[in-house]
Amino acid sequence: MIRIDCPYCGARDHTEFSYGGDASVPRPDIACEDIKAWSDYVFLRDNPRGAHSEFWHHVNGCREWLIVKRDTATHEVAAVLPARGNMP
Amino acid sequence: MSRYSALALAVKALGGNRTWPRVWRDPEPKPSYDVVIIGGGGHGLASAYYLAREHGITNVAVLEKSWLGGGNTGRNTTIVRSNYMIDGNTRFYEKSLQLWEGLSRELNYNVMYSPRGQLNLSHSKAQFDAAARRGNIMRLNGIDSKAMLRDEVRRFAPYLDFSDQARFPIYGALWQGRAGTVRHDAVAWGYARAAARCGVDIIQQCEVTGIVTKNGRVRGVETTRGAITANTVAIVVAGDSSLLARMAGIRLPVESHVLQAFVTEAVKPLVDTVITFGAGHFYISQSDKGGLVFGGDLDGYNSYARRGNLAVAGDVMAEARALLPHLSRLRVLRHWGGTVDMTMDGSPIIAAMPVKGLFLNGGWCYGGFKATPASGWCFAHLLATGEPHPLISRFTLERFERGFQLDEKGAGPEPGHH
Ligand SMILES: Cc1cc2nc3c(=O)[nH]c(=O)nc-3n(C[C@H](O)[C@H](O)[C@H](O)COP(=O)(O)OP(=O)(O)OC[C@H]3O[C@@H](n4cnc5c(N)ncnc54)[C@H](O)[C@@H]3O)c2cc1C
Ligand SMILES: [Zn+2]
Repeated sequence: MIRIDCPYCGARDHTEFSYGGDASVPRPDIACEDIKAWSDYVFLRDNPRGAHSEFWHHVNGCREWLIVKRDTATHEVAAVLPARGNMP
Repeated sequence: MSRYSALALAVKALGGNRTWPRVWRDPEPKPSYDVVIIGGGGHGLASAYYLAREHGITNVAVLEKSWLGGGNTGRNTTIVRSNYMIDGNTRFYEKSLQLWEGLSRELNYNVMYSPRGQLNLSHSKAQFDAAARRGNIMRLNGIDSKAMLRDEVRRFAPYLDFSDQARFPIYGALWQGRAGTVRHDAVAWGYARAAARCGVDIIQQCEVTGIVTKNGRVRGVETTRGAITANTVAIVVAGDSSLLARMAGIRLPVESHVLQAFVTEAVKPLVDTVITFGAGHFYISQSDKGGLVFGGDLDGYNSYARRGNLAVAGDVMAEARALLPHLSRLRVLRHWGGTVDMTMDGSPIIAAMPVKGLFLNGGWCYGGFKATPASGWCFAHLLATGEPHPLISRFTLERFERGFQLDEKGAGPEPGHH
């Protein structure tokens, strides 16, 4: 079990959360008309082995979106931040 | 390297089985090859075999960082089938099933293809209708399939839960009789032996650490056993696809996730076919040794750990019990995980990369074992001719940005949801 220390609720099992994927990909500006920029945003990922910044939704808790820094090989969690105010 | 036959078996037995030769050669890497294949799983080895066998290209090395088949080839639950319904998938997977049917003879190696059939359960009228539609599409493509209603399923597999207590009562099923299982290790060993007999160098304990490019063209690879030059380099590393592509400056529409598998203690013959549960994600078959082999969902987050979390193990066992309540007393003897390369549409990528001379065969998600023969067969064609075989013409890298995804499940660009 991965333990995620929710800034609002405290440390909880990861099964309380729903995974939201890579949180390091910036969303293009809504006025951006470059199709390549949008398709890269939707489809391409670094998919690193090691440090990964990712979204988790505390769906069975406070229902806040969080950004979790986790190692994809060891599952060690380095930091948990509210997604609000920390978007890429 | 002698041929395997009943006669050879008898002769070697008389010699106390002490004179069997090595199954494949163990050469030192040469400084240069025509084609370097990175990854000694089933797909890499099959590609090497068909390159030599179908296209006469034998100056080929397969580089494997650990041991042959130690990746997903040796970690999967061995199910093969061709019940796909999207154009671009259907015929490709059927070609693979046809190659499985003749593979032991082709390779002179018993891969133990067992066409015990697969029963895909549905638990509602709507789900059954969708399954019947899939079955009709298969039949239109000349692939065997049969829709069954509850009573017929019950006669066929009476050991499933048909009681009034069943949490998700069985409504019907889609049956494919030619589906079944194949011994996974034997696939790696059989292709390795057959490729080596054609002159391919199979090099284990040789990790690729860099891909050398010059002016937008691939020149070779750096490895833990020295640099190797080659004008054609193929990445066939499943869960590590993104890491290898990045060595050539390429980002892929792929996330790596962990899928687990489980085996119980051995029991007498019970499950005589392959069964998939339609009310969750669970499938089960029985190995020749008697262990029940089963699996379910991905762990659900990016992972290269090759071991799974217990929450998913619990979910999978709960599904097992919902479908076959009498399994609740069995003990699970072993469980493990593999890192699978999940694409944004759930379908593979077999294509030339933006760097000239560099090719990728990956994105197999958790269902690429069944594809091994056709994948190798078509990939060899691509490596030899530079042109995609018609059976893989839709498995491109560009399909994502161009809007031609092959999304069998309709899950959208969420790799973990396919
Ligand atoms: C638990 C589980 C159950 C599954 N069940 C099924 C099933 O029932 N049916 C089905 O069809 N599919 C199934 N699959 C999927 C299937 O196993 C894979 O899609 C398939 O085996 C992939 O084969 P491969 O040859 O591409 O990869 P692999 O067998 O993983 O081979 C890739 C090889 O590349 C090597 N490698 C990686 N990096 C490097 C490097 N830098 N240098 C050199 N070598 C490197 C690895 O060591 C590995 O041996 C399952 C997968 C898992 C994990
Ligand atoms: Zn919370």
